Amino acid sequence: MTPPQRQRRYPKPPPAPRQPLKEGERRNPERMFVVGGDGGARADLDLVTLIVASADPPPSATPEQTALLRLCTAPLSVAELSAYLNLPFSVVTVVLTEMLADELVEAHKPLVRQSVADRSLLEAVMHGLQRL
Amino acid sequence: MDFKDSDTIPGPRTEDRLPQTAQAAVKIVIVGGFGVGKTTMVGSVSEIRPLTTEETMTQAGIGVDDNFGSDTKTATTVAMDFGRISITEKLVLYLFGTPGQERFWFLWNGLFEGALGAVVLIDTRRLEVSFDVIGRLEERGVPFVVAVNSFPDAPRYPIEELRQALDLPPEIPIVECDARRRASSRDTLMTLMRFLHSLAMTGALT
Ligand SMILES: Nc1nc2c(ncn2[C@@H]2O[C@H](COP(=O)(O)OP(=O)(O)O)[C@@H](O)[C@H]2O)c(=O)[nH]1
Ligand SMILES: [Mg+2]
Repeated sequence: MTPPQRQRRYPKPPPAPRQPLKEGERRNPERMFVVGGDGGARADLDLVTLIVASADPPPSATPEQTALLRLCTAPLSVAELSAYLNLPFSVVTVVLTEMLADELVEAHKPLVRQSVADRSLLEAVMHGLQRL
Repeated sequence: MDFKDSDTIPGPRTEDRLPQTAQAAVKIVIVGGFGVGKTTMVGSVSEIRPLTTEETMTQAGIGVDDNFGSDTKTATTVAMDFGRISITEKLVLYLFGTPGQERFWFLWNGLFEGALGAVVLIDTRRLEVSFDVIGRLEERGVPFVVAVNSFPDAPRYPIEELRQALDLPPEIPIVECDARRRASSRDTLMTLMRFLHSLAMTGALT
């Protein structure tokens, strides 16, 4: 028995020229929208940006902010905050954007894949995995 | 959700808290079709009970379903399971089990772009499901390895036959794994890390 064969999509065909829209027609009807999206400016937060509280909840704090500050007295990723608060990632980033502006929390950026990979980082991860 | 009594919000168990010294995180994505074993793999290596982050979307639909002509909106909830492994007292690794359909990937800003790399989990009973995922990762320049999750009733192909079917170059590792076993899942992650390391050595990382 032979397995099914993947067909490569390379090289990509050039994009078809855009046709003018007909009356009442919308482009890209399948596009998905995030419910929590408000279109406002959003802090550059990754799922694994680590968040740490830098203040006690001020009297003006909203319930969401208070809950969040209690969770991140020790560092916690945005993904974990989303899971524990039972809120979508997009909503948590909105709340955090405000809190960063108000200096209620600090954010530590993740280490991301670089064009020139950081070998010592890769080696550290390998050592960590070996101990599992 | 009601936040009025924030004392009742469940937080991390004491043993699931990160030390104050934690400074930065990295992530690896485990991607594959429904039921291929992503959650199982995350759970078998994670130091915390796997958690779930959800996102809800609306799909603005015009004539895409039965109610042709009416401006329908359907809500879709997409869930992603994840786990965590502390690497050092300063560095944390997160593992995300991500659904194979690319149309969901944009929900999690930079999920693939920032990841060290990806494990494509495949099930030989439904190999076609992984074709699209592999193509998308290639297009995005995300380095990946392929892990064949061995289900008992799945057809077994020699690795080189799979390589040919998946049309993968010889340098991309293809390994067998049992996502239920911690050691096997750990070895799969090590295969990815060694592959990334070899790319770094040759300067081939895009
Ligand atoms: N035999 C076998 N079963 C597995 C393996 N990995 C996962 N499963 C089972 O397959 C089912 C789907 O796994 P799950 O991790 O939920 O898949 P996901 O949809 O990709 O997250 C579960 O019932 C698992 O117990 C494996 O390596 N071998
Ligand atoms: Mg799952």
